[in-house]
Amino acid sequence: MTMEPKSWGRYPRVSGQKAHPVTWTSEPLPVPPEGGSLLPHGLGRSYGDSCLNAGGSLLTTERLDHFLGFDPATGVLRCESGVTLDGILRLVTNQGWFLPATPGTKFVTVGGAIANDVHGKNHVRVGTFGRHLRRFELVRSDGSRRVCSPEENRDWFEATIGGLGLTGLITWAEIQLRRVSNPFMHQETVAFSNLEGFLKLASESNRDFEYTVAWVDSLARGRHLGRGLFHRANHAPPQFTARQPSPPRLSGLAVPFDFPGLALNRVSVTAFNALHYRMRNQGLMHYEPYFFPLDSVHHWNRIYGSQGFVQFQCVVPPNDAGVAALKGILDRSAHSGMPSFLTVLKTYGDVPSPGWMSFPKAGYSLALDFANRGERTYQLVDALDRLTREAGGRVYPAKDSRMSPESFAAYYPERERFAQYVDPAFSSSFWRRVRGAG
Amino acid sequence: MKKVLVLGATSAIAQATVRLLAARGASLYLVARHAERLEAVAQDARTRGAARVEAETLDLDDFAQHEPLVERATAALGGLDGALLAHGVLGDQERAQRSYGETEKVLRTNFLSAVSLLTPLANRFEAQRAGTLVVISSVAGDRGRQSNYVYGASKGALSVFLQGLRNRLAPAGVAVVTVKPGFVDTPMTAAVKKNALFASPEAVARGLLRAVDTHQDEVYLPDFWRPIMFLIRSIPERVFKRLKL
Ligand SMILES: Cc1cc2nc3c(=O)[nH]c(=O)nc-3n(C[C@H](O)[C@H](O)[C@H](O)COP(=O)(O)OP(=O)(O)OC[C@H]3O[C@@H](n4cnc5c(N)ncnc54)[C@H](O)[C@@H]3O)c2cc1C
Repeated sequence: MTMEPKSWGRYPRVSGQKAHPVTWTSEPLPVPPEGGSLLPHGLGRSYGDSCLNAGGSLLTTERLDHFLGFDPATGVLRCESGVTLDGILRLVTNQGWFLPATPGTKFVTVGGAIANDVHGKNHVRVGTFGRHLRRFELVRSDGSRRVCSPEENRDWFEATIGGLGLTGLITWAEIQLRRVSNPFMHQETVAFSNLEGFLKLASESNRDFEYTVAWVDSLARGRHLGRGLFHRANHAPPQFTARQPSPPRLSGLAVPFDFPGLALNRVSVTAFNALHYRMRNQGLMHYEPYFFPLDSVHHWNRIYGSQGFVQFQCVVPPNDAGVAALKGILDRSAHSGMPSFLTVLKTYGDVPSPGWMSFPKAGYSLALDFANRGERTYQLVDALDRLTREAGGRVYPAKDSRMSPESFAAYYPERERFAQYVDPAFSSSFWRRVRGAG
Repeated sequence: MKKVLVLGATSAIAQATVRLLAARGASLYLVARHAERLEAVAQDARTRGAARVEAETLDLDDFAQHEPLVERATAALGGLDGALLAHGVLGDQERAQRSYGETEKVLRTNFLSAVSLLTPLANRFEAQRAGTLVVISSVAGDRGRQSNYVYGASKGALSVFLQGLRNRLAPAGVAVVTVKPGFVDTPMTAAVKKNALFASPEAVARGLLRAVDTHQDEVYLPDFWRPIMFLIRSIPERVFKRLKL
């Protein structure tokens, strides 16, 4: 409300957006401005332009944040769509419940989590956020309201999960949470010396660990290509309740202003990577720093300076072509002279999502962050997009600001069926871009 | 405050306060005009841990209902030891200048209805020799300015009434807390361009409960408004009348 809404990567920048705060579920949707359109907007934790709507209105959901009910016996939570994952965790963890799937930041809304069908480090076991939805209400610009679930209005349910906010406004949702014994994680970190090492660790670890994720040294090349650290974890078993490690103090750290563009150069990335590579630990930790290490520094995106940054996240199939593509992508960025600050490798399983447009599918997912250096950066990311497409993978709209209309068509075979469910008054900068409409 | 009547429960500041009270396990009797909105606020409070939540849909401009309302709330919660008056309207200064009708509406809702509610509440609390009355006034009541003196007058009158009430109830051990927020980022101010002076309803709610917990009489929220309003009050009328404020 206070500021021009931006996306997390702050690229691309779009202008002429008007924020329309939605405060109550019963409110009718506004009529879009002449020649404009509507788009729901959560906390803007999407990196690119999928949460932006140049020249249109953003239906901001910050105040659509009431809990509507929680049953501590069954773990069924009902809340409005602007409730944050942070709010949910604060309410439920000390009652023995946890989110079934959570992204790497807790500062996302339930509506945003549904619209991007977000996933966590346990995708292999539990699939995406959308899998754990029982129902939600969808409000359309024609004034219609539908409760959608696997039983009722199933087509709308499936179109809206991963539906990028285009099918209407989700006003509330009902989520099935998962049981935990306490707020702690038992985790360990193992180093691997190249991509093959990762693949081996990944397939071993998926048996015994619910959560797995790897950090990759983006500057390592040659026989070290893809070296990194493998983090694997489970929720701590019940016996840990007795001697609990103390929960973390909130750091209160924030990046107060944009860093000058030079802060993130090759030297600092090398230093960071070398340091991180030596970090190995094992043991019990509170869920907060485990799941949301980046959240302890507010607005860390400002480290990239006012030009912002571009994240690229793809998933490639678990076959030779997929692995070759991972190597190609890592190699390309290692040689680009524009190192990725944070490179993350994950495994996805084959638990299907109800969402037609849901991003994850079985294979390996690689995410890279590039400071925005203009054309050079865009060319690099465009090249990574092509490598992904050739390998039969796909790119994550929540992290995207570059995929081409051709790529989008190749990645999302259900797009035409989906397009029939897009609200005529809704649109986004992303949607117009990938549909080749400006 | 363990058993609290909240008037204007769907207002942004009341909602944020209700959440904090709910987390403390208080029992709440919530009153507002819109049934659906009130239900969302009530469900939210229940989910967040309130010991008990009752909700009643009522237009507080219906003064005849005030006494029975206080009775109903007391009966429903099995007693009452706190009340938060958070209902109010900003009104439209220009329209109020053109017609007394608008002025009267603002005065009725912001001042008279508060007085009408505070009368039975004060008597009850005085008789039980315990309780806390928390009333949302405004920095706008500290000095009349051309841009919103009708709203300011309604809040100024309210602040003076509360001073007297506090004076009267002090011997009975009843606290009267005047809350004077500055600009708050709420639907009431949705049309106003935001700047650094705007506070969130959550911050105001935290300050409000801090004031209750620490037995303050009158609190500016955020507290930088206290020196600002001190300065604004000290400007001589001769000078003030020429300022465009
Ligand atoms: C540090 C960080 C780590 C991340 N890690 C992960 C991760 O591990 N896994 C993952 O999947 N994602 C991850 N993300 C991405 C993030 O989870 C998604 O972008 C998420 O959707 C953001 O939610 P939001 O509330 O900020 O929504 P926004 O970004 O504001 O909006 C996202 C989409 O949701 C739509 N939307 C929002 N509210 C509603 C509503 N009420 N009704 C209908 N549509 C709505 C919008 O139109 C838009 O299309 C990460 C992001 C960050 C910043």
